[in-house]
Amino acid sequence: MSDARTDIFARIREALKVKAPRPHLKAETSSPKTSVAAKPWLPDGGETIEASLQILSEQLAKLKAVLIRVPDHAAAARALAELATQKSWKKVAFHGHPMIQPLVAALPCEVWEADKSFDKQRLEGCDAGLTTCESIVAQLGSILVSSQSSGGRALSVLPHAHVVIAEVAQVVPDLGASLALAKSRHGESMPSMLSYITGPSRTGDIERILVLGAHGPKELFLILVG
Amino acid sequence: MSDSKGIFLKDATVNAADGDQRAFIRKALGGYYTNRDLQKARYRDWERARDAASMAKWSAVNDLANVLEKFVANFERNGGVVHWARDAAEARAIILKIAEDAKAKAIVKSKCMTSEEIHLNDALEKAGYGVVESDLGEFIQQLRGEAPYHFVFPCMHVKREAISELFTKHLGTAPTDSPEELTMIARRHLRQLYIDADIGITGANFLVAETGQISITENEGNARLTAALPRIHIALSGIEKVVNHLDDLSVLLPMLATAGAGQPMTCYNTLYSGPRKPGECDGPEQFHIVLLDNARTRLLADPEQRDALHCIRCGACLNVCPIFKNIGGLAYGTTYQGPIGSVITPHLRGLKQWNHLSGASSLCGACTDACPVRIDLHHHLLHNRRNAAKESPTLFDRVFHNGFNFVIKRPWLFATGGRLFRATLPLLQKLPLPYMSAWMKTRDLPKAPAKSFRDEWKNHENV
Amino acid sequence: MRVSLFIPCFVDQLTPKVGLATAKVLKRLGHQVEFRTAQTCCGQPSFNSGQWDVAREAAVRALEVFRGTEVVVGPSGSCVAMMRNFYPELLKGTPYAAEADDLAARTFEFSEFLVKKLGVTDVGAKFAKKVTYHDGCHALRELRLKEEPRQLLRAVKGLELIETEEAETCCGFGGLFSAKFPMISTAMVQVKGGALARTGADFVVSSDPSCLLQIGGWLSREGKPILPLHIAEVLANDA
Repeated sequence: MSDARTDIFARIREALKVKAPRPHLKAETSSPKTSVAAKPWLPDGGETIEASLQILSEQLAKLKAVLIRVPDHAAAARALAELATQKSWKKVAFHGHPMIQPLVAALPCEVWEADKSFDKQRLEGCDAGLTTCESIVAQLGSILVSSQSSGGRALSVLPHAHVVIAEVAQVVPDLGASLALAKSRHGESMPSMLSYITGPSRTGDIERILVLGAHGPKELFLILVG
Repeated sequence: MSDSKGIFLKDATVNAADGDQRAFIRKALGGYYTNRDLQKARYRDWERARDAASMAKWSAVNDLANVLEKFVANFERNGGVVHWARDAAEARAIILKIAEDAKAKAIVKSKCMTSEEIHLNDALEKAGYGVVESDLGEFIQQLRGEAPYHFVFPCMHVKREAISELFTKHLGTAPTDSPEELTMIARRHLRQLYIDADIGITGANFLVAETGQISITENEGNARLTAALPRIHIALSGIEKVVNHLDDLSVLLPMLATAGAGQPMTCYNTLYSGPRKPGECDGPEQFHIVLLDNARTRLLADPEQRDALHCIRCGACLNVCPIFKNIGGLAYGTTYQGPIGSVITPHLRGLKQWNHLSGASSLCGACTDACPVRIDLHHHLLHNRRNAAKESPTLFDRVFHNGFNFVIKRPWLFATGGRLFRATLPLLQKLPLPYMSAWMKTRDLPKAPAKSFRDEWKNHENV
Repeated sequence: MRVSLFIPCFVDQLTPKVGLATAKVLKRLGHQVEFRTAQTCCGQPSFNSGQWDVAREAAVRALEVFRGTEVVVGPSGSCVAMMRNFYPELLKGTPYAAEADDLAARTFEFSEFLVKKLGVTDVGAKFAKKVTYHDGCHALRELRLKEEPRQLLRAVKGLELIETEEAETCCGFGGLFSAKFPMISTAMVQVKGGALARTGADFVVSSDPSCLLQIGGWLSREGKPILPLHIAEVLANDA
């Protein structure tokens, strides 16, 4: 008996001997295959950075994520400290990144660099996780974190709140641009996880009624510098 | 009549008569329609986006061997292990073997319809593993001992009171009628289970050939946790989930969210390219993918309905289907409910046993209009009906339609028969005739006119 | 224009007034109207039941009946969709394929013919009633007609057009489906008919007489004070 892989490929090749017609397309679609092509039919992501920031801020508000715009990193540190006080956070886990380290120094609570060891139980006991991100998609209000930019896979999803610190230059208009950026940055060595986070965790499983914080963070904050 | 048809007719009859439950389902979907329309309006041209999504899937499905080979090569280069399963039994055996080799005890799963298709939970539980579904809806259905009602909204038919009772019984929690509190009960209960699990099992929404990544779409964060905390990650996926380019996701991910749930994007769209990498602080030590055929190649071999393999399981066709809304998801008796289920189940599980689902449709076409990847759903129901009539014709149908044909090919007989029909209609309505009595049970017929149109036309040349 | 009427078999037998009204409007607009009596049924019941061999025979007969016509106009979105969309599919690869495409291209649903082919929206009708419009699924999704019948109705003197919630929801007829799966079909018409009755309109108007059979049959059984009426009957009314 041949192995499953060989069999399945044989079945596929046999099946595809008869060609299927191309789908009935309603619009004149030139070439949807060209990568990084502008897709002027998807939701708008803004043509200028001002427009993109406007769309981003609208999207985040609708998603019930909190956008905090600050002029510089010192202001970011103050905003974060204020947030921690206001939310009464006792333990904050963070990703050991040059942009984050100076911020946590000013935090009025216990802090822990989560990259140092993989301690699930300890991480679960944290009130918030503090990470950087790869890029931010204005079009959809999505924040791309990776196992590299967010101190692993769990830090951005296990604690009850997630705070992202980023610079305005990381905002890209649309999802296509963000994917292209990830590809050019990492090439054939992608982080083992790349995750688009679009608002705080949510579910509608009970009577289709929206509840935030199903399994992931109930609260999502984006501190945007610049 | 096949067993599956008998059960379907019985369940559909009961559910279609349950006005309260039908109203509950329509109300539950109300918010979806509003949000979907709001999100669709943000697309500068939704129809062109559908074209692009459709082409992305078409080009992968119609070059499946090459695209899969590329995916597999890149997946292995990233450090993942690929397994192939011709059918459900092989897939179950592969996953059991991985669990056994790992000396695993506890398994946490995130929502994966393919695992429902292969009845994975039963097999794992019989082998002695603790298995818990982590998606809230799937968790509730697991406690209820019931299959998902809708492949995207698994427990949309269950009222909060019933969920509260269920949690009280199984988790010992105090009763509550707040969806928020019920969600938090599940959240607290499941947290430790993720942490303690040895294996996390997920599905995959897309397999990206270009990069060897798998893409998982979810809202709750349970799949993120399932793929982050246990030491082994197993993804189970149908072979048709592959797409060529990473950029295809720039169209498919937003459309999946908008069509399926009325969102701009689902909350977490995550790409996994392997186990934990050197320098990364967490993540599983092993990453396996099980690629399943299970009769998908049979559907692939039908060029007329091959586009059904474009399906991205958004559930939009269920949400707009008047049949689904009135008989409910469980009546189908299938893993995949609604129009897409009625189209593909006969291919996956046998036409003779499952053709009745293609018959149980008014062919209104709302599903085809809703499909983000332009699957010709309601026409495929017609194709299934044609194939079934050819493959296993019923005597009644042959007699009925050939008899009808005998009449309509003779205009004089049609006219005479019509006259007779009109004259005896009051009597016919009272007789236990096939079709007629089923109609008359809930609906009237108009009073038959003395003259037909063709009779009138002779005298009314000058209307 | 020389218009050949395509009268659905059940309109012929059960609601001939719909056919007469169609002819009346077309004649009022100055067109020559003929009815070829060799026509019977378009074959849709067999087609929808999977009996494509039977349906194919019906299709070929229709090609013969309407050979030599200039345009074919039918007061039914469903039967016209059969001719327009499904005859070409049925006869693909047969010697009749080209003729099927040709017939498809010159066959029109009544409101489509008036608005899209003739460019007429005001046919000089009067009807001082409150009406709501039901979109038949075939007209809406196979023929892509949505605005055309509404444009015609809005131009009728005295007529008040009210939109229905669930306007695009199927009434549950579906041909033999309504009798093969009567419980589902009935549940569907409960949703549709209930919404129609709540509008407070005097009439539910549609371009699909088969939907009106289903909706009207249920409304009558339930004793709801709203009556079914074909759009041709509204447009024929000039008194």
